Amino acid sequence: MYSKTVMDHFRNPRNVGTIDNANGIGEVGNPLCGDMMTLYIKVNDDNLIEDVKFQTFGCGSAIAVSSMLTELAKGKTLDEAKKITNKDVAKALEGLPKNKLHCSNLGADALQKAIKDYEEKKSGKVKTDSRNIEPPIAESHDEHKHDDQCHCSYCDSDLPDGATFCKACHSDILAKLENNA
Amino acid sequence: MEMINFDHISASPLLPEVKQAMIDIINGEYGNPSSQHKIGEKAFVAIDNARTSLAELINCRDSKEIVFTSGGTESINHAIKGVAFANAEKGKHIVTSNIEHNAVVRSLRRLKTMGYEVTSLSVDESGKVNPEDVVKAITNETILVSIMHSNNEIGTIQNIKEIAQITKEKKIIFHTDAVDSVGIVPIDVQELGVDLLSFASNTFYGPTGVGGLYIRKACRIFPLLDGGMQENNKRAGAENLIGIVGMGVAAEIAKRDMDKRLVHLKSLKNKFINDIPKYIDEYYINGNVENSLPNLVSISIKYIEGESVVLMLDDENFAVSTRSACASGSLRTSHVLLSIGRDSADAQGTLVITFGINNTEAQVTKFLESLKIVVKSLRDISPLYKGK
Repeated sequence: MYSKTVMDHFRNPRNVGTIDNANGIGEVGNPLCGDMMTLYIKVNDDNLIEDVKFQTFGCGSAIAVSSMLTELAKGKTLDEAKKITNKDVAKALEGLPKNKLHCSNLGADALQKAIKDYEEKKSGKVKTDSRNIEPPIAESHDEHKHDDQCHCSYCDSDLPDGATFCKACHSDILAKLENNA
Repeated sequence: MEMINFDHISASPLLPEVKQAMIDIINGEYGNPSSQHKIGEKAFVAIDNARTSLAELINCRDSKEIVFTSGGTESINHAIKGVAFANAEKGKHIVTSNIEHNAVVRSLRRLKTMGYEVTSLSVDESGKVNPEDVVKAITNETILVSIMHSNNEIGTIQNIKEIAQITKEKKIIFHTDAVDSVGIVPIDVQELGVDLLSFASNTFYGPTGVGGLYIRKACRIFPLLDGGMQENNKRAGAENLIGIVGMGVAAEIAKRDMDKRLVHLKSLKNKFINDIPKYIDEYYINGNVENSLPNLVSISIKYIEGESVVLMLDDENFAVSTRSACASGSLRTSHVLLSIGRDSADAQGTLVITFGINNTEAQVTKFLESLKIVVKSLRDISPLYKGK
């Protein structure tokens, strides 16, 4: 199960909400995959992340990741924040269950997207008003379209006829079968 | 504070009488029912009594039609693979439904890799299989139809009797996974007309790790486990004496108390479904309204994810289950919920609430109050929720 730190951030998530005058917004994940996170940052003239807030749809670890990420990012310069990785977030949370590392650990991705959004806006590339952002439209991600491609009996996946390699768990099916025989 | 269990489908407490019977057998007997001496004979009698109790619970013609197993999963594997292997010369086609338990789904997946063909029938939005579809799916090669009695995620009960009439006419073996039905709702194998029926002891307050398979006499099936001649030569291995004795007592009490339990469980379910609009909005109640398990409510709550709900309710001392992919280990959306038309996002917010005989209406009210708070706090941080 989850570490104490994960449960603490899940029970008492820090920096929940939106920022009205956010100048960077990052959105990652997708409700179809189970987790979705929207991150708002307010960067000041000194390139410092002055404020950061999040909204998350997801499991316990997704919420804890979001909360921890906001704590790591707050008060950092953009250069410092750019160095924050999903691994850093998981480490700060004292680890995440293995199966949650892939799907729920999206915090740093959201931050990088928000920073990119800020930089693009600043350079005049994007002119959208962050306050009028529409709620996300559910789209399926390619990496979650398992059904027609992978699945073996070692993960949870249906394989197409004659497949020897499972794209989901990266197993060589034939080798595994032979080793087990 | 004491936990309130609304997750009886995952685990049910042992009845005091079951516990006592198991303690008594631990203290009293240790024999191997296959032995020819008095120590073995006592164990044989204890198992035979349990077999009679199970036969009475599901109304077998002969108690020898009951084979004890290590639980629902083994029973299902035995039924499906045993029939497939024993009848391979006749054909290699099997008919099932899209909402079966993984024990069925994965047994069939295994058979597919061995050259068997499987037709899986879709269900309507309430989770019902149309018996007409079974007729259409059957070919000259069909050797087995396996359709579950009740669904473990949405509670829908199928029209097994009607399907069994079809298979009987066509002389095809019919298995029903009744793991979540036996001991909860009345089951009569003769009335249903099935050839094979799987059940598990922990559904009706017996111990886990023990269950059984009803095998109608003259049904052509191979054992899943080969070895000794136990269980009428249908399941090798020395019997789980303690577990089987516990299940036998649980079966007797299930039969004795069934009517009383049904009234109680239905009242809890009705209260939940009638009262919930007062506490939350934007949800679906899944499953068939007229014909479903009396102890199960499946609810998809929009804009939130089920594992978070389970964790928060756990903090409030309520145990419930979720069908969220995030909690499934495999991280895949429930095939049952997709089959009845829920989209992946709504499936994520699905709770399975299963009441037990010791739950009360006051607990339901307390639960709904907690659920309201949990749903609100999760929706407040959800980017999908635009409400007030």
